[in-house]
Amino acid sequence: MSEDNNTKGLLGWIDARFPLSKMYDEHLGKYYAPKNFNFWYFFGSLALLVLVLQIVTGIFLTMHYKPDGDMAFKSVEHIMRDVDWGWLIRYLHSTGASAFFIVVYLHMFRALIYGSYQKPRELIWLFGMFIFLALMAEAFMGYLLPWGQMSYWGAQVIISLFGAVPIVGDELTLWIRGDFVVSDATLNRFFALHVVAVPIVLLMLVVMHIIALHGVGSNNPDGIDIKKTKDANGVPLDGIPFHPYYSVKDLVGVVVFLILFSVVVFFMPEMGGYFLEYANFVPANQFKTPEHIAPVWYFTPFYAILRAVPDKLLGVIAMFSAIVVLFLLPWFDRGKVRSIRYRSTSFKWLLAMLIVSFVGLGYLGALPSTGIRTLFAQIFSVGYFGFFVGLWFISKNEITKPVPERVQ
Amino acid sequence: MRKILIIVAALIAPTMGWAAGGAATFPNDKIEIDWDDKAAMQRGARTYVNYCMSCHSAEFSRYNRVGADLGIADDLVRDNLIFTTDIHGEQTKVGELMKNTMNTAYAEEAFGVVPPDLSLIARSRGVNWLYNYLRGFYIDESRTGLGVNNGVFANVGMPHVLAELQGLQIPKYRSESDGHGGEHDVIVGFEIIKPGSMSKSEYDNTIHDLVAFLDYVAEPYKQTRRNVGTGVIIFLFGFLILAYMLKKEYWKDVH
Repeated sequence: MSEDNNTKGLLGWIDARFPLSKMYDEHLGKYYAPKNFNFWYFFGSLALLVLVLQIVTGIFLTMHYKPDGDMAFKSVEHIMRDVDWGWLIRYLHSTGASAFFIVVYLHMFRALIYGSYQKPRELIWLFGMFIFLALMAEAFMGYLLPWGQMSYWGAQVIISLFGAVPIVGDELTLWIRGDFVVSDATLNRFFALHVVAVPIVLLMLVVMHIIALHGVGSNNPDGIDIKKTKDANGVPLDGIPFHPYYSVKDLVGVVVFLILFSVVVFFMPEMGGYFLEYANFVPANQFKTPEHIAPVWYFTPFYAILRAVPDKLLGVIAMFSAIVVLFLLPWFDRGKVRSIRYRSTSFKWLLAMLIVSFVGLGYLGALPSTGIRTLFAQIFSVGYFGFFVGLWFISKNEITKPVPERVQ
Repeated sequence: MRKILIIVAALIAPTMGWAAGGAATFPNDKIEIDWDDKAAMQRGARTYVNYCMSCHSAEFSRYNRVGADLGIADDLVRDNLIFTTDIHGEQTKVGELMKNTMNTAYAEEAFGVVPPDLSLIARSRGVNWLYNYLRGFYIDESRTGLGVNNGVFANVGMPHVLAELQGLQIPKYRSESDGHGGEHDVIVGFEIIKPGSMSKSEYDNTIHDLVAFLDYVAEPYKQTRRNVGTGVIIFLFGFLILAYMLKKEYWKDVH
């Protein structure tokens, strides 16, 4: 090994025993990324940053939090008031949860517009979707922990959805809660899953996501395979080493992100009731249902699809299907061209329909339902699923623009 | 692409107008809380311990924390803010949480519900709601035992504890169409029929100060948060300049 890397001294000693230089080269020093990354390519590294932030702040919160039905709410206020800088740690964590979803949604949108899920990157997309799924589980269980009214009733509503499963539904909800209602038993197991089980899965998936990416190579805004044109040394002509080029570029993105993030953390941590819901400042009370139960904003698109279907079981199926279709995206798209820059106008219209539907559903999911809102939620749900069906049809014989050989 | 974006924006825009209108309540005024006005919060704290605290604890807050944040020395806190004692009859210590001595079983019998802890009420209800609610009590003889109702929180179980300050008022109604052919009365004003010890503006100021205190106690670190945040953001802007220059320098040779 040491001969391969030509390293000496301490590094040589390590390289003979652990492929440190090799790993460094594969992932940073000699990982050639396309030189034409734009704004949309900041969100991958930002997601990693937020993941680290959540883990670090989470560790400190765990030192003071008590997963106990009688003490949980109180311990959160104890963190906010009596623990030195506790308010900062807690706001970083609560804002970080929402920031995670903002970053991940934008990261997924990037994949959508530049076809980053297409062959040969299907597994990167699948690992990413499993990360998204784990993240949703992580956020859902984390939201129960402050033990406020919205934590409690939100969990009650979502867990009761599993009751729609035929035959075993009631047994299933009982098994999830560990009690007949959301209670101390539920809080304890959600705590265990939130701080141990799901983070381990999440970290493992992130590693697989990155290994797959660095094996295949990054896509780019032109959707061109840069490995096709290499110089004499086998280095892609349109590629530049991730470090230092993208490490210094991402640093700029990180600072801009941190500025926006700090504005929320320090000046508007509740974000108008979207990041921290007002009703969650009232301790959980199993005898008092809040007037309006809404999930946190990042779940509202899926919640709106659930409510758009009049039948409970079909609604649950529709909601889960909304996530399943995302998993299948690489196979819905039969196109040969990746980037939106060279795709057909029909693709752009379909994408516009998806954006309108998803944002519309997100907006409606946060509000109490009324006749007209349900109608709109139904239209938007059709628009959401319509994207995938439409994509399958248009992509077969899509009229595309010529794709250049080299990045622009 | 731009054309599509404009159409997308046009389609999303109308849905924004659907924000819930909410039932009409009276009064419906808005207030501004000045985070730097410690004097107002001190006056609010006095009103709180004298009129509210025998029923409503602020159990996430500590007396000496309130003292330190609002600039009240510990001995002044002991003399003016602490009226409870421990089981041995000794005055509650300044480092203790602001609990009260009301027995929950008694409270439930007297009011139907245990009066809620108010540590976080300004965050769950909002300062405007509190300001209106505390000015919204009016005479309603149909309510046995209480004799009052509230224009903001109909049929609330709380008596008008501040009546000696505000006095007692009766509502002025106006008939409004409910949009379905029917009519119903809505409160559009109050008239004081039994004056209290304060004028209307004095009472409004007292409530403003009380709400300022509740807003403070709901998030005592609010001012620290703002100050630290300003420093952090100034630092980040400086860092941004350096990071951007570093990026430009490295990317010089990328063509």
